[in-house]
Amino acid sequence: MTFWQITLFLLDGFKISVLIFFVTLIVGLPLGLPIAMCSMSKFKPLKAAAKVFVWVIRGVPLMLQIFIIYYVPGLVFHYQLFGQVDKYLLLNYGIEDAGRILAVLIAFAINYACYFSEIYRGGIESISVGQYEAGKVLGMMKSQVFFRVVLLQVVKRIVPPMSNEIITLIKDTALANCIMVAEVIKQANTLAATKALIWPLFYTGVFYLIFVGVLSILFNRVEKKLDFFRG
Amino acid sequence: MAILEVENLGKSFGHLEVLKDISFSLDQGKVLSVIGSSGSGKTTLLRCITSLERADKGVIRVNGETVFDASSPKKESAAEERRKQLAVGLVFQNFNLFPQYTAIRNVTLAAELALRDKPDYKQNKKKYLAETREKGMELLKKVGLAEKADSYPWQLSGGQQQRVSIARALCMNPSILFFDEPTSALDPELTGEILKVIRQLTLVHMTMVIVTHEMSFARDVSDEILFMNQGVIEERGAPEQIFSAPKSVRLREFINKFND
Ligand SMILES: Nc1ncnc2c1ncn2[C@@H]1O[C@H](COP(=O)(O)OP(=O)(O)OP(=O)(O)O)[C@@H](O)[C@H]1O
Ligand SMILES: [Mg+2]
Repeated sequence: MTFWQITLFLLDGFKISVLIFFVTLIVGLPLGLPIAMCSMSKFKPLKAAAKVFVWVIRGVPLMLQIFIIYYVPGLVFHYQLFGQVDKYLLLNYGIEDAGRILAVLIAFAINYACYFSEIYRGGIESISVGQYEAGKVLGMMKSQVFFRVVLLQVVKRIVPPMSNEIITLIKDTALANCIMVAEVIKQANTLAATKALIWPLFYTGVFYLIFVGVLSILFNRVEKKLDFFRG
Repeated sequence: MAILEVENLGKSFGHLEVLKDISFSLDQGKVLSVIGSSGSGKTTLLRCITSLERADKGVIRVNGETVFDASSPKKESAAEERRKQLAVGLVFQNFNLFPQYTAIRNVTLAAELALRDKPDYKQNKKKYLAETREKGMELLKKVGLAEKADSYPWQLSGGQQQRVSIARALCMNPSILFFDEPTSALDPELTGEILKVIRQLTLVHMTMVIVTHEMSFARDVSDEILFMNQGVIEERGAPEQIFSAPKSVRLREFINKFND
């Protein structure tokens, strides 16, 4: 295999990594909001439930969560949901690994939604009550206070922790490996096993580095954009 | 005519009774200063009148309209609540400006949002917004900050921020403007500019209630002084009487502390 062919082969895997990355963001970023709302709720049972949920999800390795999502339908309901999806899509559309990827996506989305929810909560709770009170005495509606006064301040405060979390996410996609999803490191392992080539495994690092580099530049831009105010 | 009437106001935090049966009224165009030692309930009184805190007992009327009645069970609509809210304005000790907006937008934001309640807002949006901006600029000019209109709060000194926040409160045309220690977060050399603005407002007969520790200023600017002690109005009177001939022992002690 030429260097170019190996690059393309790994790139095939990295596409899966990037897919997991984006779907996790698209589902997890909004899903984190209701979880954050619940964990700040004045209704005690709801708040407690949200806190326990977040505690469990953050307290257990993501890899274990992937295993649980993947195996539980088969063990508990005697229906190998993800295996069936795999088979169905492979037979009908020739798409490989779809069921496994789906299981990974579910685990990632839930896991990251919990991390995001904590960041949202921290951001929202860090805004001084004075901001809400100032809006209220000026006759603003609650929604206006939130969207016009509080939101951008929250965004500014959560950009740094969010960028950390999101950079961690792309590296975490390697965990999909544990249920044999052909992400980039799995692809490299395949090369090691079938072609006795070890170096592609190290080469995968370059893919991550480039991706993380681009992310860092983007987040830097966002931070600069929000530099016009303090607070 | 009494523009503000407070009757039998009571407020407790848990077991701590912070306001005990407070009653007073204030006439249109008058300036009332509230003095008293720390923890006597001055801030709580302002917060109850401006609806930031819900009193447990009592009635509050502004312009003859009941804005708060603890005994009335009915919950008002959000729109009605906002309308009554606007009868009073509040200037905070620590300004609470909106950091992401320039001075002028801080002043006009709430007024702009309130415009949306107008039935012909959509048709005349441009005109209304222009008017609001003009009004905001005028207010900034009044507090001496016209040239800082496009500055963000972090670019302003504490005194300038507080002046913006006064303009912001005035932009909603409150009947009564409340100040909670407007100078105590400022360096001493910056208090003068705030006091000057408040003094200007007395000239246009703005009705004001000022919680302050600036005794000489209170004496100078107020029509009346209210001395609070442990949640009650211990003494009330004209400035000369309060400062020169205090009746209650507590007030005498309080004033002596300031004269030392
Ligand atoms: N939200 C609250 N919860 C519990 N206690 C409170 C709360 N707000 C105020 N208090 C208590 O009520 C009492 C009166 O407080 P308040 O802030 O009204 O006093 P103040 O006269 O404004 O004092 P200062 O001059 O220090 O500003 C204090 O003992 C205070 O600890
Ligand atoms: Mg106070």
